[in-house]
Amino acid sequence: MPRLIKHGAIVEDDWLPAQEDGAGDAHILTLEQWTQRADKQGLAVQLEPGQAPSPLFDVLQEIPLVAINFPVFTDGRGFSYGRELRERGFAGELRACGHILPDQMTYLRRCGFDAFQLADESRLEEALAGLADFDEYYQASIDQPLPLFRRRG
Amino acid sequence: MYVYDEYDQRIVDQRVTQFRGQTERFLAGKLTEAEFLPLRLQNGLYIQRLAPMLRIAVPYGLLSSNKLRKLAHITRVYDKGYAHVSTRQNIQLNWPRLEEVPDILADLASVQMHAIQTSGNCIRNTTTDQYAGVATDELEDPRPYCEIIRQWSTLHPEFAFLPRKFKIAVCGTTEDRAAIYAHDIGVELVANASGEIGCKILAGGGLGRTPVIGAVICEWLDKKHLLTYLEAILRVYNQNGRRDNKFKARIKILVKAMGVDAFREAVEQEWAALKDGPSTLTEQEIERAKSFFTDPPYVALDGDAAGESLRLQGEQDPIFGNWVRRNTLEHRVPGYRIVNVSLKATGFAPGDITDSQLDLVAELADLYSFGEVRTTHQQNLVLADVQADQLYALWQRLQAAGLATPNHGYLTDIICCPGGDYCSLANAKSIPVAEAIQARFDDLDYLYDLGPIELNISGCMNACGHHHIGHIGILGVDKKGQEFYQVCLGGSQAKDASIGKILGPSFSQEDMPGIIERILQTYLDLRDEEETFLDTYRRVGIEPFKERVYAKAD
Ligand code: SF4
Repeated sequence: MPRLIKHGAIVEDDWLPAQEDGAGDAHILTLEQWTQRADKQGLAVQLEPGQAPSPLFDVLQEIPLVAINFPVFTDGRGFSYGRELRERGFAGELRACGHILPDQMTYLRRCGFDAFQLADESRLEEALAGLADFDEYYQASIDQPLPLFRRRG
Repeated sequence: MYVYDEYDQRIVDQRVTQFRGQTERFLAGKLTEAEFLPLRLQNGLYIQRLAPMLRIAVPYGLLSSNKLRKLAHITRVYDKGYAHVSTRQNIQLNWPRLEEVPDILADLASVQMHAIQTSGNCIRNTTTDQYAGVATDELEDPRPYCEIIRQWSTLHPEFAFLPRKFKIAVCGTTEDRAAIYAHDIGVELVANASGEIGCKILAGGGLGRTPVIGAVICEWLDKKHLLTYLEAILRVYNQNGRRDNKFKARIKILVKAMGVDAFREAVEQEWAALKDGPSTLTEQEIERAKSFFTDPPYVALDGDAAGESLRLQGEQDPIFGNWVRRNTLEHRVPGYRIVNVSLKATGFAPGDITDSQLDLVAELADLYSFGEVRTTHQQNLVLADVQADQLYALWQRLQAAGLATPNHGYLTDIICCPGGDYCSLANAKSIPVAEAIQARFDDLDYLYDLGPIELNISGCMNACGHHHIGHIGILGVDKKGQEFYQVCLGGSQAKDASIGKILGPSFSQEDMPGIIERILQTYLDLRDEEETFLDTYRRVGIEPFKERVYAKAD
């Protein structure tokens, strides 16, 4: 079973990874597969870079999990995707997967991600530690909606 | 100057700890070269031709004497005893050892400094007018807004992995000394019809391979919306900027591809969701930022009397008088002058400064300028608040240390990137070209007769030396493995910004001083009385220069 970080702990995945053919309801669906399903209730979907999350906005309540893939860790589009989903009220699991580094964990968390599936599982421990790299920030973000200037004494 | 509180300190300290861990993991083989690269870049660390290069952030060019002393210490202990002022007002070390960089960062953090986001595909150091707060043509001091932007952009969770680097400049003056039209975003403080000061926002300017003058995205924006508006622009860019080709990845390409109107519309649409949200600036926050940039305790002086005695001193000691004329500027407070400390002595790489010079400038800043120093994008230093009657004493000390070359704003005040001597991206060396030109034109009377000329040199298309916006620009190019130099004319970084035009085929390094001489001679022959080089160029165009430069020797 693939493992990932969820709610601050390393756990086993209850979802099957996205795949091109023969994906069932237990799989995370690609955006194409998800779009073709008439009844979207309870289906998970994965976005790739270049697939902006706007098609999901109308049905956010029905989606239990949105996975955002980072094929290379330097492609930062997913940070904006995650944040936009949360800003529009998405309350399900927001998962970053792919080539993400322990060093990006704080950024991801702050953009609203609460699950982290590193392609390289041997780095899960480091990634878990990475979540605590920073505990103070200037900007407003999903996990701290007030910018520092509104919190400074 | 802005002073850290416990929050600022904590953020910077945690960054040092994080980078120490990254360096250790890299050295232990747990981070690959490719992974460590963007991480170290975001802490200002390059691997150069000969050694790593560390770029230290000098937010909007402002330093205090204790920071300078720490920099002097760092160059002595960890480097070869000198540092380099970059065209982005930052300070670069050319010889640090990778293993020691975390210690250097810790030393910097102890004086409220860092190297965060001085490189990499993220929001870089925000720059501004080096005369902010003391300039006579200032509508409002831009530094509080620079500091607000600095905090907002520091470790911004959403914008650390942009398609490409992203540079913001702010200015609040009639004359644009911050080159805001050549930045990814330019912010100009302007008054609206009812006299209220807000922000004019430009986007999509930039140098590099495809130089573009920024387009006006918003004519006037209430200051409280500054951060949400910037955030909207960055969001459009982060999602839509090209990532398939690094040469087409800057925001200028996106603005061009979408068209300014469509780009503006996309920004406005994003902004609608962010506007009036928690990142909207409060009155209190703007006031807090302003409180760090209030006037130092100026003494009330008689400006006329001070000017008169300065004139007399200049008559008695013409060398001093000349320096005052060339390297000092009018200050908004009577009896004070702005002093440019020249880092352009012939025989030294433009912008280089030794550890002992750093210590000296720190001491002089304490003695004569309220302990503050600025770096400039022309790669000089500025002591911004010097009493006119103390200029002579200051000048003597500067003169003795080789920091008083009276060439500010003239041909030999060359802007020059590190080029092939240090930079692994270079096509050609740039420092030797600068030095050869400085050596050829060391007759001051000739320089003054030429009037103000900006000569900028870049060692490659990345244009760190801003060659496109120099009145005369020189670009290092590679021709079948040989170093050559292309010349362009007519660039300007002022509000009437323009991009220089290429003169023609490139030249060898030895030819460069002679080529510059021909260009200057053409100007001298064609100029109408009071015309500057740029005036003449704009009147006559590039053709006469072309003809003369490429004429067969007769
Ligand atoms: S312009 Fe090119 S050569 Fe010069 S510093 Fe920049 S990247 Fe290096």
